[in-house]
Amino acid sequence: MPSNNSTNIAAFKDVWVFCEQRQGKLMPTVLELLSEGRKLADDLGVDLCGILLGDQVDHLVSELGGYGADKVYVCESPLLKDYTTDAYAKVICDVTSEQKPEIFLIGATHIGRDLGPRCAARLHTGLCADCTALDVDTKKYVRFLRNASTLNVDGMKWDESDRNLKMTRPAFGGHLMATIICPRFRPSMATVRPGVMQKRPYSQAKADACQIVRPDFKLDERDLCTKVTEVVKTARKMVDLIGADFIVSVGRGISKDVEDGLKIAKELADELGGIVAGSRVAIDSGWLNADRQVGQTGKTVRPIVYIALGISGAIQHRAGMQDSDCIIAVNKNSTAPIFEIADYGVCGDLFKIVPLLTQMVREAKTNH
Amino acid sequence: MKIIVCVKQVPDTSGKVAVNVDGTLNRASMQAITNPDDMNALEAALQLKDKTGCQVIVVTMGPLAATGMLRELMAMGADEGVLVSAREFGGSDTYATSQILAAAIKHIGLEAEDLIFCGRQAIDGDTAQVGPQLAEKLNLPQVTYAADIRKEGDCITVKRMLEDGYMTILMKTPCMVTCIKELNKPRYMTVSGILNACSKPLTTLDYEALKDDPLIDPATIGLKGSPTNIFKSFTPPRKGGCIMMDGDARTVCGELANMLTSKYII
Repeated sequence: MPSNNSTNIAAFKDVWVFCEQRQGKLMPTVLELLSEGRKLADDLGVDLCGILLGDQVDHLVSELGGYGADKVYVCESPLLKDYTTDAYAKVICDVTSEQKPEIFLIGATHIGRDLGPRCAARLHTGLCADCTALDVDTKKYVRFLRNASTLNVDGMKWDESDRNLKMTRPAFGGHLMATIICPRFRPSMATVRPGVMQKRPYSQAKADACQIVRPDFKLDERDLCTKVTEVVKTARKMVDLIGADFIVSVGRGISKDVEDGLKIAKELADELGGIVAGSRVAIDSGWLNADRQVGQTGKTVRPIVYIALGISGAIQHRAGMQDSDCIIAVNKNSTAPIFEIADYGVCGDLFKIVPLLTQMVREAKTNH
Repeated sequence: MKIIVCVKQVPDTSGKVAVNVDGTLNRASMQAITNPDDMNALEAALQLKDKTGCQVIVVTMGPLAATGMLRELMAMGADEGVLVSAREFGGSDTYATSQILAAAIKHIGLEAEDLIFCGRQAIDGDTAQVGPQLAEKLNLPQVTYAADIRKEGDCITVKRMLEDGYMTILMKTPCMVTCIKELNKPRYMTVSGILNACSKPLTTLDYEALKDDPLIDPATIGLKGSPTNIFKSFTPPRKGGCIMMDGDARTVCGELANMLTSKYII
């Protein structure tokens, strides 16, 4: 039986974060994960450690420290320059088996989502994808549920000594939230989408104090079954949804006339100085590029104003936009769940309302 | 040469979703479809079949009702269907599922030039984990997020998408690839395909058929053997306080614009 790590869970400690870098630059989500990992490590009273793989990447260590890492395990080799599943999974699994972290967090980038399951399968442990909340402390988890759920938490029994990582994510196609635990195996592994966790302020003192550890690892050409023949960066500028102050987002409701729906959404977004985004339907139907998707499998955004046009508001979508300062929803269906989280709701035909709203915004701007 | 395509029947999550008392999904109450990314995986396999004449086998784990889906995929052009189904397999998380699928694929047999295609992720769980976990359990190389696949002899070249570009990756068969919708446009069933589908072989692999594989250990499969468990499931509270704007469209839009200016937002 491959349950190599189930016998002595207590032997596992520390919170680890996979510090993904590409071409010597850290992925921004790493800093978000360190900030979140810092809280978990403090609650558990353990160290927060980064694990950084690459070729000549140790100059990144102080930045990792500045966002919360106590130590960074640095594994350098020319064979780790570009990401390959084989080399990265081998080094991470070997070092992890030796060092025994209790929690392992990975950014849910295209690379993180390739690496995480491969490592979890090899380490015989559980992995929870695309988490939107993480807790170890039971009191904090109960506090989280009190705000984030309709459960009667005070009527439930809670084990305050429970230090399992409680990994919360939208489930069942995004219609419910579920908290997942991995009680029998370690590390508890979780991936988190970029933008979901908030980055903490940089601390120079933490950066200076961060310790470098260079663990032994073995890696040679024979460990690599795949060969990267080129890495191409596309010239197309990535849409900065996460930094946008105004987002006009379209969903199934524009299907009647997609071309016009996108046009009027763009006009409204332009008038507000914002960006057009979309729900899963809009991306899956090919109306918008994948980098404009808002939701659990897309991006998590917190604009000043989020305007949802013809979006019903499944939980997986809400997970990506519910923290917006002001949500305006336009939908034909007065019972659409989007109205449950909107600040302002308009029940009506978006094709009539949006052009008028654009015009009114323009007038309001000139008169103001 | 053959291509094994792993597919999943999923509830059409655009409709209503029902949940059992134990927190698992009540699949019976929802309309079932073939997971969209898996259709791209099948199409990629069928395109290679068109070129090389190779065999395409669709494999799914699920309830008996999933045979209908397998017949549809055979009507599209798959040569054979395999249903992996047993009470012991129910409630499996991605780890346990990958163990069972790996045992099923070992049972089918994997040869030097064979390929395994999966969809990137299923729309019910959105985890994208079973493909890589399956590859690990079979000790095969993997490439995920494939937007182009070319095969020459025992080598395949895959264009692997990244957020900010792509990588070109070369690997030897046998190997596992997960497919994204940019890869192709799935074909439709044809009339002759539908007529032929019923006479194509469809096998069911149950617990008895797979139990001798070391991967099929009750301690690592099914609800009890899964490393992850559902601790709680819940619905978010209604935020409430949504101000529904009534009146004709012009008035409503005027009020919204005024709200934005009065709050100094614009």
